[in-house]
Amino acid sequence: MSENTHHIVPYRTYGLILLLLVTLTGISVAVTQIELSRWATLAALLLACTKSAFVLAVFMHLKFDQRIYKFMVVFIILVMIALIVLTFFDYGFRR
Amino acid sequence: MTDAIAHHDEHRDDEGSKLGIWLFIFTELLFFGGLFITYAVYRHGNKEAFHLAGQELDVTIGTINTVILLISSMTIAMSTTAIQKKDKRATLVLIWITLLLALAFLVNKYFEWSAKIDHGIWPGSPLLEELGRGDTLFFGLYYFMTGLHALHIIIGMVLITVILARVRNNRITHDNFQLLENGGLYWHLVDLIWIFLFPLFYLIA
Amino acid sequence: MSSSQTEPKGYKSYLEEDGGRKGIFKWILSTDHKRIGLMYLYAMMGWFIIGVVLGLLMKLELIAPGKTLMGAQTYNATFTVHGVIMIFLIVIPGLPAVFGNFMLPIQIGAKDVFFPRLNLFSWYIYVLGGILVIISLFGNGAPDTGWTFYAPYSFKTGTNMLPAALGAFVLGFSSILTGLNFIVTIHRMRAPGMTWFKMPLFPWTLYATGWIQLLATPVVGITLLMVAGERILGIGFFDPAKGGDPLLYQHLFWIYSHPAVYIMILPAMGAISEIIPTFVKKTIFGYKAIVFSTLAIAFVGYFVWGHHMYTSGMSGTALWAFSLLTFIVAIPSAIKVFNWISTMHQGSISTEVPFLWAASFIFVFMIGGLTGLVLGSLATDVHVHDTAFVVAHFHFIVFGGVGFAFFGAMHYWFPKIFGRKYDSGWAKTGWITFFIGFVTLYGPMFYLGIAGMPRRYFDYLDEFHGPNIISTFGALVMIAGFLIILVNLIKSARQGERTTEMNPWGGTNLEWQVPTPPPLENFEEIPVIEKATYKFD
Repeated sequence: MSENTHHIVPYRTYGLILLLLVTLTGISVAVTQIELSRWATLAALLLACTKSAFVLAVFMHLKFDQRIYKFMVVFIILVMIALIVLTFFDYGFRR
Repeated sequence: MTDAIAHHDEHRDDEGSKLGIWLFIFTELLFFGGLFITYAVYRHGNKEAFHLAGQELDVTIGTINTVILLISSMTIAMSTTAIQKKDKRATLVLIWITLLLALAFLVNKYFEWSAKIDHGIWPGSPLLEELGRGDTLFFGLYYFMTGLHALHIIIGMVLITVILARVRNNRITHDNFQLLENGGLYWHLVDLIWIFLFPLFYLIA
Repeated sequence: MSSSQTEPKGYKSYLEEDGGRKGIFKWILSTDHKRIGLMYLYAMMGWFIIGVVLGLLMKLELIAPGKTLMGAQTYNATFTVHGVIMIFLIVIPGLPAVFGNFMLPIQIGAKDVFFPRLNLFSWYIYVLGGILVIISLFGNGAPDTGWTFYAPYSFKTGTNMLPAALGAFVLGFSSILTGLNFIVTIHRMRAPGMTWFKMPLFPWTLYATGWIQLLATPVVGITLLMVAGERILGIGFFDPAKGGDPLLYQHLFWIYSHPAVYIMILPAMGAISEIIPTFVKKTIFGYKAIVFSTLAIAFVGYFVWGHHMYTSGMSGTALWAFSLLTFIVAIPSAIKVFNWISTMHQGSISTEVPFLWAASFIFVFMIGGLTGLVLGSLATDVHVHDTAFVVAHFHFIVFGGVGFAFFGAMHYWFPKIFGRKYDSGWAKTGWITFFIGFVTLYGPMFYLGIAGMPRRYFDYLDEFHGPNIISTFGALVMIAGFLIILVNLIKSARQGERTTEMNPWGGTNLEWQVPTPPPLENFEEIPVIEKATYKFD
C-alpha cells in the first residue's frame, strides 16, 4: 500500500500562488515593454524561472513530496543547462 | 489466474505510479529542450531579426493565454484538494473549468494562427522567404513550438476527460486518486512549457 | 554447486501458463515479462538475420574495387538500412529488451515489472517501428543518407526518409517506455532486504541505462520531427538557404546518439559482471566501484557528443572541450575491465560457453575501447574520421561488446529460460569460428582506415584491395560461426534435452533460486534478502 501521507493543500494556498503567478506575469510584460533590450530578456527569463519554481513547488507538490523528487528535478534542469552550455561552446565561439 | 499481474489491485503502489509520471515529464522536458536549444542558437545568431519579428506577435493574446493556463493549473491542483475532502461535486466542477480553459486557449491559438496565415506568414511561405532568414527561423520556431505545445494541450484534454469520467463513476475517489494527481502533473508540465514559450516569443520586442 | 530443486505442488512453468488463450494470442496478448522478453528475442533474431544479409552484401561488393554487385545508390541504401536495423532494432533494444525483461524482476525478487501492460505496449510499438522501416524500402526506395540522417541531404533526398524517420521515432518511444518501466520497477519492487547495494550488477546497469533512455532519446525524437518539418513544410531549421545550420542537426542528433552507445553497452557490461563471478567461483572484485563507474559512464556520456563532429566546422573551443570530456569518460570503462580481470585472478575458472564469450568480450571490447581513444582525441581523429577505421572501431565495440555479451547472456540464461540444455560442443565450435571470423572481418579495417580508405563508399583504390579480400573472407567465416550458434540454440530450444535443474552453473543470484523454467509469478513467496550478492562458499 502506498505511503500517501498526503498533506492536503488548502484551496487558499493554490489561490495565493495563482495571484503571485499572474503578478509575475504582469511584471514580465511591463518590464519588457520598457526598452531595456538585453536586460529585458534576462529579466523575463528569470521571472519565468521564478514562476516555474512556484508551479513546481506548490502546484506540482514538490515542496511536500519526498526529497528524491526535488533532487531529480534539479538534476534534470542542470543536465539541460549543461547541454545548452556545451552547444554554445560551439556557437559562442565561431569565427 | 490471468496473465495480467493483479498487484495493482492487491498492492496498489501510488508512489510508484507518481514516479512513473514524473519520469515521463522528464522526457517531455528533454523533448522540448531540443527546441529550446534550437531557439537559443538561432536567436544568438539573429538577434536583430528575432527582435523585429517578435513585434508581429500580439502581446495581449499571449498574456491572456498565459493567464488562462495559469488559472487552469490552479483549478486542476485544487481538484486534488477537493477529492481528498470527499467533495465530488467540487472536484468535477474544477476539472470542467480546467477543460474549458484549455479549450479557450486553443481557440485563442486558432485566431492567432489564422491572423498570421492571413498575413502570409506560415512555414515555408513565400513571404517568409522574402523577409529573410531571421524571420524564417523565428516563425518556423514559433509555429513548431507552439504547435507542438498545442498538441500537448489536446493530449492533456483527452487525459483529463478520461479522468473526469472516472471521477464521475467513482473509479477515482478520496482514497484512490493517484490518476487525478498524475493528470494534474501532466497538465502542470504543459503550463510550465508555456511559461517559457511566452517570454521567448511574445516579450522580445 | 548445483542444488536439486523442489517443485512446489501445482507448479506450472510460465511457458505452460496460457491465460486461457490459444496459439499466437498466448504470446501477443501476454503481459508476462518473460514472454515479452522472448517476443523481443524472436523479433530481433529476424531483424538480425536481415541486417547480417545486408552487411554481407556490402562485404561482397567490397571484395574488389569497382562495381561488383551493386552501384553507388544501392550501396548507399544498403548501408543505411543496415545501420538503421542494427542500431534501432537490435542493439538499442538489445539486452534490456530481452534479458532485462526476462531477468530483471526475478533478479530483484519481484513478480513482474511495475507497469506490465505498458511493457506489452512497448513491444507493440517496437513492432510498429519495424513495420515503418519496412515501408521505407518501397516506393521511392530506401533512404540513402546513412543511419545518421544528416541534414541537409536528409531533407533533400528523394528517397523515403519520412517512414524511416517516423520508424526511428516510434522505436525511440519504445525505448523510453522500457527505460521508464525499469526505473520504477527497480525503485519500488526490490524484495525486502534488497538494499541498493545488495542489488546484482545487471539490474544496476539496467537502472543507469534506463535514465539514458529516458533523457537522451527525446532529443533525437524532436530532431527527427524537425527533419520531417523540413521535408513536409520546408521550415528551414537545418537549411542554410533559409538561415538554418546543418551543424545544429548534428549537435542535436549526437546529443542522443552518443549516450545511445551507453544504452547499448552498459547492460552488456552488466551481463558480463554476472557471468564472470559464476564461472570463476569468486565474488566480483570491487562491486561498488563497478556500480559507481556505471553511473559515471551514464552521466559523463551525456557531455561528449561533439567528438563525432571534430571535422564538421565546430569552433575551436568546442573541439578541445569535447576532446577533454571524451578522455574522462574512458576512465570508468577501464575501471570495469580492471575489475573483471581482477575477479578472474586466483579464481577457479571453468571454461564453459558463457565464460568463453565473456573472456572474448573483454578482448574485443578493449580493442574497441582503445581505438575509441584514437577517435576521441582531436588530433588523431582528423586523420581517420569517416574512414574504415571508424567502422572497425564501432563494430569492435558495439558488435563485439553488445554482440558477444548478448551471446554470452544467451548461453548463460538459456537453461533457465527454456528448461532445456544446448550442445556445449557445438556452442564452443560456433564461438571460436565466430570469434576468428569477427577479428578477421574487422581487424583489417583499422589498417585500411589509417591508409586512407573512406567509409560509405561502394568503391575504393586498388591499393586497398588485399586487406578487403581478407575482410570479406572474415565475414564468411563469422557468418558460418553465427549459423552454427543459431542452429544449435534454436534446435535446443525446441528439442533439446529437458532440464529442471535450478542452478546448473552455480550462480548466486535469485534467478538461480527459482524453478527452471520459472513459474508465471516467479516466486511462490517474495524472498527476504539477507546476504550480499556474489557470495561463494
